[in-house]
Amino acid sequence: MTAPARQLDENRGDIMQNPYRPYPVRIDEIITETEDKNLKTFKFVFIDPEDEKRFAYLPGQFAELSVAGKGEIPIGIASSPTEKGFVKFTVNKVGLVSSHLHAMKAGDVMGIRGPLGHPYPWEALKGKNVVIIGGGFAFTTLRSSIIYMLEHRDQFGQINVIYGARTPGMLLYVDELKAWEARDDIGMHITVDGAKDPDWKYNVGFVPTITEQKAPPADENTYAIICGPPIMIKFTQPVLDKLGYGHDRIIMSLENRMKCGIGMCGRCNIGKDFVCKDGPVFTLAQLNGMPKEY
Amino acid sequence: MKFVKIDEKQWAEGIGKLKSGYRVFGPVKEGKDHEFRELTGDASPDMAFSNTRLSPKSVVYPQSEVMFEYTTDESRPDHHILKEPRRDDTPRAVIGIRPCDALSFLLVRRNFDSPEYKDPYWLRNYEATTFVGYGCNDPCATCFCTSAGSAPHDTQGLDALVVDRDGGYAAKAITEKGEALMKAAGWTDAMDEAEAEALFADRAAAAEKKITRQVATDKLAEKPSMDLYDAPFWEDVAFSCINCGTCTYLCPTCWCFDIQDECRGCEGVRTRNWDSCMAPLFTAHGSGHNPRGEKVQRVRQRFMHKLKYYVDKYGEGIQCVGCGRCVRSCPVNIDIRKVCDMMNAYDPEAANDCACPTT
Repeated sequence: MTAPARQLDENRGDIMQNPYRPYPVRIDEIITETEDKNLKTFKFVFIDPEDEKRFAYLPGQFAELSVAGKGEIPIGIASSPTEKGFVKFTVNKVGLVSSHLHAMKAGDVMGIRGPLGHPYPWEALKGKNVVIIGGGFAFTTLRSSIIYMLEHRDQFGQINVIYGARTPGMLLYVDELKAWEARDDIGMHITVDGAKDPDWKYNVGFVPTITEQKAPPADENTYAIICGPPIMIKFTQPVLDKLGYGHDRIIMSLENRMKCGIGMCGRCNIGKDFVCKDGPVFTLAQLNGMPKEY
Repeated sequence: MKFVKIDEKQWAEGIGKLKSGYRVFGPVKEGKDHEFRELTGDASPDMAFSNTRLSPKSVVYPQSEVMFEYTTDESRPDHHILKEPRRDDTPRAVIGIRPCDALSFLLVRRNFDSPEYKDPYWLRNYEATTFVGYGCNDPCATCFCTSAGSAPHDTQGLDALVVDRDGGYAAKAITEKGEALMKAAGWTDAMDEAEAEALFADRAAAAEKKITRQVATDKLAEKPSMDLYDAPFWEDVAFSCINCGTCTYLCPTCWCFDIQDECRGCEGVRTRNWDSCMAPLFTAHGSGHNPRGEKVQRVRQRFMHKLKYYVDKYGEGIQCVGCGRCVRSCPVNIDIRKVCDMMNAYDPEAANDCACPTT
C-alpha cells in the first residue's frame, strides 16, 4: 500500500473555500401547494447577487437548505436554471428543520448550500425522447427538468410526462400542469388515485397503470426518468420492463439521510457510492449492482 | 543533521522548549490507560506505554468542533448569517504517536481532501500538526500493523521518528517540518549515521518479529462487492454485537460525523461531532424508513466500508492500520482480524456447505 505524501499539495488556495458555508438568501415568497398544507414551495433570492452565479446548477441537483439554529435539510431544486433571479424548493413537512421552515415567512433570512450531486444526464439526453414518470411530492426536480426541456425544446425528441397524486388537491404546480396540458409539444398524462370532483377531466388510476397505457414504446433513443415513493417505483418498474425499457435507459433519483452533502460525513452511502456526491441520480442498471440500502 | 541522539535531560528540556512555539500533545497515564492530552505547564509525555486507549485522531479531528457561529437576534444586521469562528492556528506537535496511528491520518485524508471538495477544518488542523513518532518495541497481542500497510517503526505519515537508546533516545527527521521541530527542541546532537541506521534497523526488525498475527487482505479487491455483501456470515458476526459503537469511537480511521445546531438564547453554533454507523439514527430517514435499520446491516456496513468499499474506492488497501484497539476494547470480542480473513477467503460457490465462521 502506498500512502499519499505527508506534504500537502502546493496549490492550496482552494482550502479557504468552505464547502459547508451556505449562501445567505431571503425568502421571497411561500406558496402552499397541496390541500393537506404539508407541501410548501419556497422561492429564495440570493442576498449577494454574485452568489446566484456561483450557484450554477442543472435539473436533478439538490441543495442543503440551512436554517441557523435548526440545521440543514437536503432538498431537490425545483426551479430550472433557465428561470433567473431566484431558486425554488418544494418542502414536505417532516422533521425539525422542515417544520421550522414551514413556520417561516417571506423576508426571513436563511441559507442555501450547493448545488450538490449530479444532475440528470443532460448530455446523454440530447436528441432523445424523454418520458418523465413522477408520483406524489417527488415531482420537484421533474418540474425543473420539464421547464428546462421546454426552454430548449429543439434539443429533445418527444417529451411525455406521467404524473400522479392521491387526489387532485395533492398535485404540485397545478397552474403549470394545466399550461403544459394546453401545449402540443409535450404529452401530459396527469392522473389521480381517485377524484371526488365530477369536473376532473384528466386520468384516474395509479401511475403504473397509466404508464402502461401512455408511455411511448421503448427504443434506444428513449429514456425514462422516474421519481416517486418506493411503492410507485416498485410497481412501475415491471411495467417498464414489459414495455422493453433497458435498465440503462431508466434514470432514477435517490434520497438517503444526509448531513454534509459532499461525500464526507459517511451516512448516505450505498456500497462504495454516496447518494450525495456520486448520485443522487443513478440508472437502474447501476442500482442493480448495488446494495438496496436506500 | 539527519540523526540525533537525545539524552533524558535534553529530552525533558526539549519538550519544555517546544511549548513556546507549539501546542504539544503526548501520552499521559489516566487510570490504567494512556491517553493523548495537551501537555500544559510542566507536564511531560509518559513514554512508558504500549499504545493509548483512544487514538490521537482528536488532535486533528476533535470529537466536537465548531464550524460556524451566528446570532438569531433580528436587531443585529448580520442575523442568521453563518460565520467561521476565529481559529487557533498555533502549530501543534504530537509527541510519541505510534506509526500505526500516524498512518491513519493519511488514510483519513483521502476522505477529507477529495478532488472535488476540501474539508477546511480537518485540513487546517492537519497542516498545523507535526507528528513525532515513537517506534514500537513491544507490540500488543492484538496488533497487526504489518498486515495493514504499517509496521512498528514505519515512517509513513511521520515528520520525525524517535526510538529508544541507552540513556535516552535516537531521533531521525523525515520531513522539513520534523527537522524544524527538532531544531526548536534543541535536539541537534548529531549521531553517527552508520550507528544510527543500525540502531533503527535493529529495533524495527526486533519489533516486527514480535507481531505473530497476520491478516490476509490480498483477495479483497478482486471479490465482487455484492458477493461479500450477501455472504452468509454477517448474521454470525453481528450476533453478539450490542451496537455500542466503542469500535468506531476508538478507531483512528473512523471519520463519520454529524452536524448539529445549538443555541443559547440568540447565540448559536453549528458544530460537527463524531458519529457512528453503529447507531440506527445515523441513517434513519425523516419518514421513519431506515435503510440500515437492522443491527446486522450496520455491522456489515462497518466491515464492508473498511475492508471492501474503501479498497474499491481508492485502490490503496484497507481502511485500517492494524492498531488492534477495536479488538482489545470490544465488549463482546468481535475481532476484525477474523472478519477480514473470512471476507478475504470467501467463496460463494463453497459457502452453501457451511455458513459458520471458523473461529
